[in-house]
Amino acid sequence: MTIDLKTIKHISKLSRISVDDEKAKKLEGDLNSIFEFIEKLNELKTKDIEPLTSIAETTLKFRSDEVKSKNIKNQILKNSPEKNEDFFVVPKVVE
Amino acid sequence: MNKENSEYLILRNKNTYEVIIGLEVHAQVTSNSKLFSSSSTKFGAEPNTQVSLVDAAFPGMLPVINEFCVKQAIKTGIGLKAHINKRSVFDRKNYFYADLPQGYQISQFKYPIVGEGIVILDMPNGQKEVGIERLHLEQDAGKSIHDIDPQNTLVDLNRSGVALMEIVSKPDLRSPDEVNVYIKKLRSIMRYLGTCDGNMQEGSLRADVNVSVRIKGSDKLGTRCEIKNVNSIKFMQMAIHYEANRQVDLIEDGKNINQETRLFDTKKNETRSMRSKEDAHDYRYFPDPDLLPLEVTDDFIKKIKSDIPELPDEKKKRFIEKFKLSPYEATILVSDIETSKYFEDVIKESDVKLATNWITGELFAVLNDQNLEISKSPVSSKNLSKLINLIKDGTISGKIAKTVFEIMMDGDIDPQKIVEKKGLKQESDPKAIEALIKKVISDNPEKVKEYKSGKDKLFGFFVGQVMKASDGKANPQLVNDILKKKL
Amino acid sequence: MSDITSQTLSEIIKNIKEKKISSQEVTKAFVDRSEKSKLLNAFITEDFSTALEKSKIFDDKPNFDLKLPGVPMAIKDLFCTNGIKTTAGSKILNNFIPTYESTVSQNIWNEGAILLGKLNCDEFAMGSSNETSFFGNVQNPINQNLVPGGSSGGSSSALAGNLTPVTIGTDTGGSIRQPASFTGTVGLKPTYGSCSRYGIVAFASSLDQAGPMSKDVRDCSLLLEVISTYDRKDSTSIDFKRNNYSSELTNNIKGKKIGIPNEYRIDGMPKEIEELWSKGIEYVKDCGAEIIDISLPHTNYALATYYIVAPAEASSNLARYDGVKYGFRSIGKNLIDMYEKTRSEGFGDEVKRRIMIGTYVLSSGYYDAYYLKAQKVRKLIKNDFDEAYKKVDAILTPSTPSSAFKIGEKTNDPVSMYLNDIFTVPVNLAGLPAISIPGGLDAKGYPLGLQIIGKAFDEQNILNIAFAMEEKINFKNKITDWWIK
Repeated sequence: MTIDLKTIKHISKLSRISVDDEKAKKLEGDLNSIFEFIEKLNELKTKDIEPLTSIAETTLKFRSDEVKSKNIKNQILKNSPEKNEDFFVVPKVVE
Repeated sequence: MNKENSEYLILRNKNTYEVIIGLEVHAQVTSNSKLFSSSSTKFGAEPNTQVSLVDAAFPGMLPVINEFCVKQAIKTGIGLKAHINKRSVFDRKNYFYADLPQGYQISQFKYPIVGEGIVILDMPNGQKEVGIERLHLEQDAGKSIHDIDPQNTLVDLNRSGVALMEIVSKPDLRSPDEVNVYIKKLRSIMRYLGTCDGNMQEGSLRADVNVSVRIKGSDKLGTRCEIKNVNSIKFMQMAIHYEANRQVDLIEDGKNINQETRLFDTKKNETRSMRSKEDAHDYRYFPDPDLLPLEVTDDFIKKIKSDIPELPDEKKKRFIEKFKLSPYEATILVSDIETSKYFEDVIKESDVKLATNWITGELFAVLNDQNLEISKSPVSSKNLSKLINLIKDGTISGKIAKTVFEIMMDGDIDPQKIVEKKGLKQESDPKAIEALIKKVISDNPEKVKEYKSGKDKLFGFFVGQVMKASDGKANPQLVNDILKKKL
Repeated sequence: MSDITSQTLSEIIKNIKEKKISSQEVTKAFVDRSEKSKLLNAFITEDFSTALEKSKIFDDKPNFDLKLPGVPMAIKDLFCTNGIKTTAGSKILNNFIPTYESTVSQNIWNEGAILLGKLNCDEFAMGSSNETSFFGNVQNPINQNLVPGGSSGGSSSALAGNLTPVTIGTDTGGSIRQPASFTGTVGLKPTYGSCSRYGIVAFASSLDQAGPMSKDVRDCSLLLEVISTYDRKDSTSIDFKRNNYSSELTNNIKGKKIGIPNEYRIDGMPKEIEELWSKGIEYVKDCGAEIIDISLPHTNYALATYYIVAPAEASSNLARYDGVKYGFRSIGKNLIDMYEKTRSEGFGDEVKRRIMIGTYVLSSGYYDAYYLKAQKVRKLIKNDFDEAYKKVDAILTPSTPSSAFKIGEKTNDPVSMYLNDIFTVPVNLAGLPAISIPGGLDAKGYPLGLQIIGKAFDEQNILNIAFAMEEKINFKNKITDWWIK
């Protein structure tokens, strides 16, 4: 499976990381050598194997329906890049 | 549009199209805290005051599941007569949006907690079964506010992480009317169960509507479009109507229908394509590695089952069998849990037939008029019951009762007190009525002559005069009987 | 009494408890040495003045019942520390100050330890040489221009350089054990689920584990006791009975069966590594344990499996770094533009590479062929270990395929960098515990590590085996303080 420039552009869009043409070229090389290495898995027959869903051999533990978290608005907004007392502020989505 | 046998069909140039509708309803789970964090879920709080570190997706934060939300989902599944999956998995649905702090939504993709079920609709021309495909639990997103700041979008994460049940129907719906009944039925079931309050104004219930069309008689499904996030039944119906016609027009023009996501513009009453959403929606679902698979035991499910109250379908059956109500009456009385509670309260102490008529008649008229829910009824079930008993034991006539009812509305006054205070007790003493009748007859000799000579219609006149003389309090039945004898 | 900073954790604790030295003296010693050691670039954030204040407070009212009484400690900058900048070695968190503490670090402070500062690491724990950090490379105290290993490079460097008596790191594919091997120190990755992941900047959720890094096995066992606890705030945390690792530590491993997996004899394995391994086998026999040849047939597929699973989970875990709630934000003309610029400028190349790999292997049409396949192979790898553990109690292997390499030597070839993890990665995939102890030196005089892998929840056993071997090996780390003028 080779990764071409078109795929790089597609993945970069999905992962919201902008990639200029120069970077994309380098990525193409890097990713292809990594994928060559990963392709090794195709040597194995795994049709009847169950995937490992959890390493921890236990079931999901429940939490009770109590409200424990208080109003920590200040803490929540403290690290926000755009200062606003009540909201997170982001540039508008293009319509 | 043609209503043939009350079917919803679209006619165009000799072609008859039917509309195939599937709904994905998002119902907010009634719970104190969120699905994976212990923040409050209360509606209407100041922005970002019900947000925990987990909700805001700070580094290193991890989800911990709320047992009660799991129970609520299973309960709802039981109410939908659906299969409960003892093992289900939470998956991450990956996409970027300002109100999605994690950059993914924790949902269930391949293995939902509830499987197939059915919802029965009471339509005018009989019952219809609508299939449920599945129900799963997922996180709600926060709110993006676009219209406060002209340059920016403001984000409130209070709603981020609240538990949602996504209920996916099979594409069994065929008309806006059916959609109306379906949503109401679904809402009713959840309100009966206490798993969702169904308050559409507060956003507790929203739906994505999938619409496609096909030539009637074809068994192939057409390309569908999804209309996202419609938050009222009226809008759903309008959206379906617009969209179905849009698709038919395209087909008739020989064009293809693009499978796409659309929005319903409530100002223009039309659907339009969501250009801002990415064309490639690759959610890259995979099992959330921060959560283990969810496993529930038979006992766990059994306990929830034992907690289920009588649901609308069963209640309706019982009302028809036990109280001899008509299917129509029964449907109305069970349609909402508050209504059925009210009815059952009233009939504890009073006549079923009268209760049925008064609730579905007078009371509903008032509630509709004042735009009130029955839980906010100006007349309590207790007092309505009393009123009905006063009619039943002859203390007042049905007509007087209407007057009393109007007075009761102003502060839920005890009808007994009103009758006493205003002296509205029905006059049922035959001697007293005889006296009144005698006076009326003696006061109107010409009319008596006319009546006796064949003008039967004048009987009503005499009844009216007697009623007037008695200030409306004479027992109408007695007046009739005695007047007949006297004339 | 020897120089404070060369003492082991246990020695320091003993001396503090016996009032031979004060917390202030200890703290000052480490602070002074750290001030002189900036060349190592082990620290991202120093909290020296506060540390000294805290040590004074401890001395004024000492509590010797605590397990880490007044002991100063620096920790990897992947643990969120309340009020102290936590960067994960990244520009995108360059200005992030948590208002909360990770469970593991809280456990440490609860036992009386004092934070010295936050240690450098590969960006978001992705790397094997601490060369991907936004805050620059870290030097290995063993020799100039050598990598200290990664991703817990700052931790291993500070530890080996005596800037901290002990430390904690995280291990996703070998990030504790490999740097331990490269710096001649001890590093343990506990069983998955034994140390809480709450408050640790997540890399790959099904693989990450915090663990102790120390100068000897006894210190390691003591720190493990403190950090291994059940935490309800982490749904993958396991409630099992944990040993008193340090008090139950013994060098008696007579009769223990130690497995030697033949698949770990990789093609082109350096002779020195072969020799180290053989020596390790002899040591183990000397201790009265039995050597058994075993097979872990799917070993060769572990690295490929890891480089699908880890990036996949990382691509999702790192989606939250979007400039909206915290961290670095770049100016964009609209939301998508802001996202793309923020993440492009905020993340380094290795992180971006891995996010891309992860996004790709999860994407539509590829999920089955890659991610699902990898999870199946992971099951096979785990089964291999389960089978082996029917015959043996623990497994002995080399920790790394080489000693520390030069800074810059492998940065152009991601795959050759990934091969560093070849012996450590299977352990994470199977969720097992493993410890790396210094086994000897290579021809250049650089340390090489031996790895002991255990059964799940059987940390006591591998600690004991390591303890017994440590005694026999009698390794002395030759630190020349070359960076101190």
